[in-house]
Amino acid sequence: MGSSGPINGLISARDAGLVACQRCGQVHPLQTRYCTRCDGPLQSRDTESLQKVWAWLIAGMIAYIPANIYPMLLTSTLVERSESTIIGGVIELFDHGSWGIATIVFAASVLIPVGKFIAIMYLAISVQRQSAANRHERHKAYEVVEFIGRWSMIDVFVVAILSALVQLDTIATVNPGIAAVSFALSVIFTMLSAQAFDSRLIWDADRMQQ
Amino acid sequence: MTSQPAAMAQILSLALTAFIMMLAAISFPFLSLDAGGLHNATSVIDAILAFNDGYAFPLAIAVAFFIVVIPLVRLGALIYALGPLVREQKPRQGARKAFGLAERLRPWSMAEIFIVGVTVALIKVAGLAAVTIGPAFWAFAGVVVITVLKDQLICRYSIWEALDQSTD
Repeated sequence: MGSSGPINGLISARDAGLVACQRCGQVHPLQTRYCTRCDGPLQSRDTESLQKVWAWLIAGMIAYIPANIYPMLLTSTLVERSESTIIGGVIELFDHGSWGIATIVFAASVLIPVGKFIAIMYLAISVQRQSAANRHERHKAYEVVEFIGRWSMIDVFVVAILSALVQLDTIATVNPGIAAVSFALSVIFTMLSAQAFDSRLIWDADRMQQ
Repeated sequence: MTSQPAAMAQILSLALTAFIMMLAAISFPFLSLDAGGLHNATSVIDAILAFNDGYAFPLAIAVAFFIVVIPLVRLGALIYALGPLVREQKPRQGARKAFGLAERLRPWSMAEIFIVGVTVALIKVAGLAAVTIGPAFWAFAGVVVITVLKDQLICRYSIWEALDQSTD
């Protein structure tokens, strides 16, 4: 538990000639292709994992650019029409004095996506370089990335609710902007990127060094 | 620690409750807005259809899946898979597939994130107009709380084992 040095006396399923099902935990002989319990595909290591990770990650980063440039919300009232971007929405909330909510939106729409890009890049590069440093921390980082990524969707749902709710003909209407679509795509792509990462590759790097 | 059959019965009853509350959440009015003599009521379905114009249509489908379809499918699959186990009968055909599906869809079920989004939206609107919270809002919040309770009770490996043993 929690040891940080090389793990002596412990072998991986792969070393024992076994492969564990990623979905249900059942172990099988190495050659088995499909899990006998849940029919999930079995792969001792996903050799194409990093390719998929990079592909989804780059797609996610590209989609994140228009998400920040274009407006998220189109508001028109009696007197004016305005457009607000992700950052614009956060600044508006700060100006209204809603510090807590502004922080939540900022975290969900900026800190989490950007943090996720950096974390996935770090994980992928460290596996490619077969680094043996910070294995435990990297496993934890992966868990956090996988758990927290979906929370970025908050802003998309805010846009959905606001545009459904604020439809008061002449007084005020709110409509979704194109950025909502690219932001949602960015979140979906990075979630797929995190899911494509085979965290078992982190162990392998350290085993090859021994 | 709750014993296994008791835990399964609890999980099943929570899943059933959440399923029914979700149906209520999509049928009743969710929120309504009053300002300057104008009134607009919104259901969860309306929130999904907010992205209904042209280029954003795929997003409407995605949101529908994230907040309604996937949570319902997960609950339905869980009820299907666990039902017979609670009554100590043989699992239904495809029970393992159903449970596998419920597990795999887990990251894509975003009901709880939707509720946080709604809270943010409410605070944004609160200053501008009078917002009335409808029964569907509470039903949806109930679904979220019950789903959290249910997920805490589930030990996926015990369920896999139970499904495995009884089909042999």
